[in-house]
Amino acid sequence: MSLHTYTLPAPFDNAPVHLVGSRAPWPLLVLLMIAFGVVPLLGSDYWLNAILIPFLVLSLAGLGLNLLTGYTGQTSVGSAGFMAVGAFATYNLLLRVPVLPLPVALILGGLFAAAVGWVVGIPSSRIKGFYLMVTTLAAQFFLEWIFSKFPWFYNNASSGTISAPNLVLFGHDLNTPTHRYLFTLSVVTLLTWVAVNLVKSQIGRNWMAIRDMDTAAAVIGIPVDRYKRQAFTVSSFYLGIAGALWAFFYLGTASASSFDINRSFQILFIIIIGGMGSIAGNFIGAAFISLLPILLSFAGQVLLGGAIDTGQIQNLQKIIFGTLIIWFLIKEPDGLVRLILNLRERLSVWPLRF
Amino acid sequence: MRRIFKTTILASTLALTSLSAALPALASADEQFIPLPTYRVGPYASSGTLWWAGLLDYLRYVNEVEGGINGVKLVWQECETEWSTDRIVECYERYKNGKDGAPTAFFFTHSTPASYALIEKAAVDKIPLIDAAGGRTESTDGSVFPYAFPLLLNYYSQASVGINYIAAKEGGFDKLKGKKIVTVYHDSAYGRETQGPMELLAKKYGFENIQIPVADPGNEQSPQWRQVRQAQPDWVFLRTWGVSTPVGIKTAARFGIPADRIIGDVWAGSEADVIPAGDAAKGYQAIAPFPGGAQFEIHKRLKEHILDKGKSDLKDPKFFGSVYYNIGLINAATAVEALRTGQKKFGNRPLNGEEGRWAFEHLDITDARLDEIGFTGLLQKIKLSCNEHEGGGAARLQQWDGAKWNLVTDWVQADRATLRPLIDAKSAAYATEKAITPRDCGNEV
Repeated sequence: MSLHTYTLPAPFDNAPVHLVGSRAPWPLLVLLMIAFGVVPLLGSDYWLNAILIPFLVLSLAGLGLNLLTGYTGQTSVGSAGFMAVGAFATYNLLLRVPVLPLPVALILGGLFAAAVGWVVGIPSSRIKGFYLMVTTLAAQFFLEWIFSKFPWFYNNASSGTISAPNLVLFGHDLNTPTHRYLFTLSVVTLLTWVAVNLVKSQIGRNWMAIRDMDTAAAVIGIPVDRYKRQAFTVSSFYLGIAGALWAFFYLGTASASSFDINRSFQILFIIIIGGMGSIAGNFIGAAFISLLPILLSFAGQVLLGGAIDTGQIQNLQKIIFGTLIIWFLIKEPDGLVRLILNLRERLSVWPLRF
Repeated sequence: MRRIFKTTILASTLALTSLSAALPALASADEQFIPLPTYRVGPYASSGTLWWAGLLDYLRYVNEVEGGINGVKLVWQECETEWSTDRIVECYERYKNGKDGAPTAFFFTHSTPASYALIEKAAVDKIPLIDAAGGRTESTDGSVFPYAFPLLLNYYSQASVGINYIAAKEGGFDKLKGKKIVTVYHDSAYGRETQGPMELLAKKYGFENIQIPVADPGNEQSPQWRQVRQAQPDWVFLRTWGVSTPVGIKTAARFGIPADRIIGDVWAGSEADVIPAGDAAKGYQAIAPFPGGAQFEIHKRLKEHILDKGKSDLKDPKFFGSVYYNIGLINAATAVEALRTGQKKFGNRPLNGEEGRWAFEHLDITDARLDEIGFTGLLQKIKLSCNEHEGGGAARLQQWDGAKWNLVTDWVQADRATLRPLIDAKSAAYATEKAITPRDCGNEV
């Protein structure tokens, strides 16, 4: 007769504990390889210029807002304002300090936006919810006004428009669609990687604690005010970079009106539809919001052969967006990404049920 | 609920993709393709629907009555953009290489921001951008901007036409000395564009130039017009846009500034700008490179062949001959005439973008030609060249009588010789910034 003796803690072999699974993310790697290797070879100018670049930039902007709204729970409708700061700061840096290489100017532009975000984030220590949203709304209008009021920001151009300087990276001309796509993709990949690690780190956990209940977060010793401001700062950094990319790598030009309140709403819709508090959700949401109108307009032309005028199709698109936003907010606050995860779970046990 | 939703999405996606593969192409290689970035919905829909209706009616007229341009049929494709720059850029990218083999010879931007956004891309892709009475003023200099055409009347010329009209009313340029001319402008790129030329003209003629901004959207303008009132101006130049125009006219009336001393800009001179202002707008004048009215010869032809046959794109015939409808007609007619010019050199076939540029640069619409196409009085004569991408530089003045616009002058020519150095300086600065070597226009054929 033998006596089993159990001791605590159990040896590692008996009870392996991994915080995070260490499976290699093959699907993601394949996706990246396709994005970096195959797409530039196959993609036409139209696909790169008019679809993929704006999609990537909007994803990045969504990511920026998601860090603030989805992870820290602070609603903002000033996203486009921060994008404008990034765009105008990068433009002025490249114009006035020509020795700066492009990546440095881009990062500094992001830092300017971050600084503005920090200032706008100050009221978050006193007010919450709708009232905080109104301060970000004020920031949106204030920033838009600044960039149309003071000609210095757009180098006294009569039209108030800034245009991309010659984009050069380490002696390479970035003016072909493929190069611009690859540069945008690299920036977005890098920043997404940083964001993934950020939300997994203590910072991210503190943000989520604040989102879930800020009183509880304060009780367990998280300096709530500081982390809220930090979220504003980081989020604005991302938005600033997205703004600069939008201005210089997508349209090639921008003015204050490119970053109006509608752009802010567009970014907010991306995270609502894609999924709040999710990194992948930004990409799904951005794809949805930037591709659906194009798909609809193609569909309208091909299916109906121009029988219904394009204006009606545009109205249809608004109806679809409106319905989806209401539907998502009520039925699936986690957005499209949750639907996809559910589908995956179901498929993994198919044909059985859970 | 969720299952239904998913099934619907799946089914419709499948249906769309299978159908898109099955349907035949709409254009063919022996036709001239024209992409149209329309805006029939959104904040500017009220002007957009009329603009595109006029344009489409004329293109249909050319196709159906004249059998195309020398037998080359026109085909077009609309993209709805809501006048948003990124959607216009998307439309441009989609159709810059034509459609189903039918080439694109030019692209109507009809949006100054979009003209700015596309100006460099178009130079690389060799697609002429047509933005009549808009666009980037310095692109008048075609040696630096080969592919941008701010046709008919750029913003500088608009200011100049206004001043020339005032001088005519006052009885000569020497009478302008000491006069006060207030510009009330929409505080945007568009509104600020005439500050440079007004300053120059004020110096030249010795009038006092006062600039008063109205912040967008301009729903409330009492402080501005109080300021105008205090200045006791002799004339007011109103450079507003959208809702700020009728509000401006109404507020002016409240402050006792007579409407017949106010001159509206091109984009403040349509029916939509004056009808909401009611009686206050009676006597208000506006610069019109695109005059309103349905009394011109082309309207008779369109009425007979298009409207009465139910082929018009116009939903409400009441707007036949409105300012925006006529803008569409004029844009279409200039483009058609340019294509005709190009066909003389390249043969009777569809043109590509590079040939389209040649065509526009050699466009020469004489008075006799205007008579033939039925545009006398509606369109000015135009002659473009390599370093002259504006072409006209004249406008008529129209006055609102409470029910319709009446033309009160013949074509008033802008003082382009005075303004050209300003344009050249700006285009030279652009060329330096972008490291562009201007074309030698002496060598162009």
